[in-house]
Amino acid sequence: MNFWLLLLVKVGLVLGVMMPGALVIIFGELKISAHMQSRIGPYFAGGRFGWAQPLADGLKFLQKEDLVPADADRTVYKLAPYVVLMGTLATFVIIPFSPDLVPRDLDLGVFYVLAVSSLSTLGVLMAGWSSANKYSLMGGLRAAAQLIAYELPLVLAVIGVAIQAGSLSLNDIVTAQASWQWFNVAPEWLNVISPFMILQVVGLTIFLIASLAELSRIPFDMPIAESELTMGYLTEYSGMRFTMFFLGEYAGLVSMAAIAATLFLGGYWVPGLDGDVLNFVGPVVLLSKVMIIAFLFIWLRWTFPRLREDQLQTLAWKWLIPAGLANILVTAFFRVVF
Amino acid sequence: MAVLPYKGLRTGMLLTLKTLFKKPVTINYPLEKETPVPRARGVIALDTEACTVCMLCARECPDWCIYIEGHKQEEPPAKEGGRVRTRATLDRFDIDYALCMYCGICVEVCPFDALFWSPDYEYSEFGISDMLHDKDRLTYWLSTVPDPPALEKQ
Amino acid sequence: MPPRTRKATTSDRDRSSGGHAPVGCCRIDRDRDAAEVRTYPQIIALVNRIDWVSGFANEIPFVGAIEKLLDIEVPERAQYIRLILTELARISSHLVFASSYPLELGASTPLMHAMREREHVLELLESVTGGRFHPNFNRVGGVKPAAGGGSTMKKLTQDLPAGFLAAADAAMHNVLDICDDIDRLVTGNELFLARTVGVGEIPGAKAIEYGVTGPNLRASGVKFDLRKVESLLPYDQFDFEIPVGNNGDCFDRYVVRIQEIRQAAGIVRQAIAKIPSGPLRAKVPRILKVPPGEAYVRAENPKGEMGYYLISEGGRIPYRLKIRSASFSNLSILPWVLEGALIPDLVAILGSLDFVLGDVDR
Repeated sequence: MNFWLLLLVKVGLVLGVMMPGALVIIFGELKISAHMQSRIGPYFAGGRFGWAQPLADGLKFLQKEDLVPADADRTVYKLAPYVVLMGTLATFVIIPFSPDLVPRDLDLGVFYVLAVSSLSTLGVLMAGWSSANKYSLMGGLRAAAQLIAYELPLVLAVIGVAIQAGSLSLNDIVTAQASWQWFNVAPEWLNVISPFMILQVVGLTIFLIASLAELSRIPFDMPIAESELTMGYLTEYSGMRFTMFFLGEYAGLVSMAAIAATLFLGGYWVPGLDGDVLNFVGPVVLLSKVMIIAFLFIWLRWTFPRLREDQLQTLAWKWLIPAGLANILVTAFFRVVF
Repeated sequence: MAVLPYKGLRTGMLLTLKTLFKKPVTINYPLEKETPVPRARGVIALDTEACTVCMLCARECPDWCIYIEGHKQEEPPAKEGGRVRTRATLDRFDIDYALCMYCGICVEVCPFDALFWSPDYEYSEFGISDMLHDKDRLTYWLSTVPDPPALEKQ
Repeated sequence: MPPRTRKATTSDRDRSSGGHAPVGCCRIDRDRDAAEVRTYPQIIALVNRIDWVSGFANEIPFVGAIEKLLDIEVPERAQYIRLILTELARISSHLVFASSYPLELGASTPLMHAMREREHVLELLESVTGGRFHPNFNRVGGVKPAAGGGSTMKKLTQDLPAGFLAAADAAMHNVLDICDDIDRLVTGNELFLARTVGVGEIPGAKAIEYGVTGPNLRASGVKFDLRKVESLLPYDQFDFEIPVGNNGDCFDRYVVRIQEIRQAAGIVRQAIAKIPSGPLRAKVPRILKVPPGEAYVRAENPKGEMGYYLISEGGRIPYRLKIRSASFSNLSILPWVLEGALIPDLVAILGSLDFVLGDVDR
């Protein structure tokens, strides 16, 4: 097939799956948070359940004026949301939706994910710096410090999985989970509950905590802590650019959840299916796992208060990183011995 | 369960999860409405028949948002050969709800029961000048005044 | 424009080097411009708005001051009604704190849960007084006469509506339940503890030095509650405790308030059980003229000591009214307690002092 046509299809796939995914999660967050607080939440847009609320919000944001502060560094200020969104969208490229439905199956998939997802940090820092606002600057710096601190536990958690699976390619990791045999006797369908979820439970916990911090969601939302920093690096943004940050945040949630589902929960795989059937069922399975993890994130967000900046760093450097290192040691030890 | 750390985190998560499956307490306002209690201070209704233009309400109002104008009018005697009566007639009775702070002093001081509280609250306007309710509008509110609630037995 | 107080802090890296609150951004000068040109009944409507989350409690010391000058004995039933409604206002105010304080720290769900129960408390207040926030229900010598004081209803006073006592009892059950829920959701939460324990400690002596009163003072370990010391209302007939803290940190200030909700709910239930019958208002002339003299009357507001210093030269309007409001005095400790605090802690400390801006910028 024509290279450009194929590229277009892949870009369409990523945007066509992930953007609605983000919208669904935004809507889920609106509704779930409302019901957790004894409210009814959005009710009007789109009829019965207010399902079109995220779209209506988006349309409203489009109508707003795109303000640039007088003292802002205009180019950087305008570029920042694109960088954030780009970093997030780029991770989708290697997520396997089914054995054949992979936009790009890289051998270094995990490495690529971790490298690209840090790109958003740069965007956040650009936004914070260029806004010419003390809240934005502090928010941007906090975000940078936080994302650097939590990049390490994230990597360490993933290394455990990589050792277990013996590969860095996401597709191989899914296959490794599917073909795992407990004590060489257990049947394959047992792997519905992914072996890595049990073997790498420390890694999974670290990964989820670290990805909460990467996404700057409560309890780690200091970069946009509204009672301290107004809205952090988002303070000066409005209209379309704010929407891009907003979408980027939720697309990031989808991508983090998709990666966690692939690495720890068995990805698209379901027992008893293979070939074409799995190619069709796979994306649904993966997306439902994504939704489960997203629900967990939403649930945490609407239950907890936020930590303090120094406590966040303490958690990362004193607890998560040693735990991640220990996890690697133990995993490697068992991998070599057995 | 006591061995697991972070009990506070778990109880909190359990609580939010439980609330998730409970019926929400809020209602969908323009479609459903709550009934305010009978004593609720929503809007002031005026009974023009009872008003004697004594101006007590306008004078006692803490932010002076009541505007009254009236004149004395001679009425023919009730019986043949009787005395000619003068009667105070109300020309203007406006309450500026943009100023009103709903203290209820006017209702309380009225010596002839011409003012009443109605719990009706749906009279928001787009313009601040539309918040001035004239005599007719205030009289309309009279139809929304409920009976006073029964009292607790002493 | 929403009222607000500017918080000026200078920051050195991320530590604040003291701060001071330039108050006055929502100043409406209740004590001078507003009060000294209005008659006493009109001022009752104004003092509602000082600490607007507990409007009813503001009226008590003000009518108390007038009653002291007039030397009026308030009937016992009226006192009980005042007491019940004051405690309801206290519960409502502390529930606002319990909802807004976790919000300062980023948790938004306690907000809705506490507000949900506060709604029942406000409905109770509304069913009696007609107002949710600004009851304007106290009158000199008792409580409000019937709506429309005309000839037909002259004899009636605005007694409690039927079913109020049962509804209040049920609401107090709910309030105790929500206290347990808040304990589950917030008080035991390790993240909340990490943010509040040991943050913004105020020793008892310092608190007294700066004139801090109310729950903030009691959190510092000073057992001082005007309800026990000198009260206008018959608190001595009830059995309740004064919760005190140990360290005077943010967590203690929070816990003391949650405990006070429980105690207040207990007081309301006791008062419901033994509310006496009788008249609701002492005999007071229709046109109220207060004899010359001075009086300072104070009461325990949800935020702390609220006092009115009233000078009358006779006549229908006061000569001078000085309002000592709790939040204003509580905020005076800010420069001391914010010295060297981290910026996130600054939010935690400010929130824990539980001030209302109407109370600060009278």
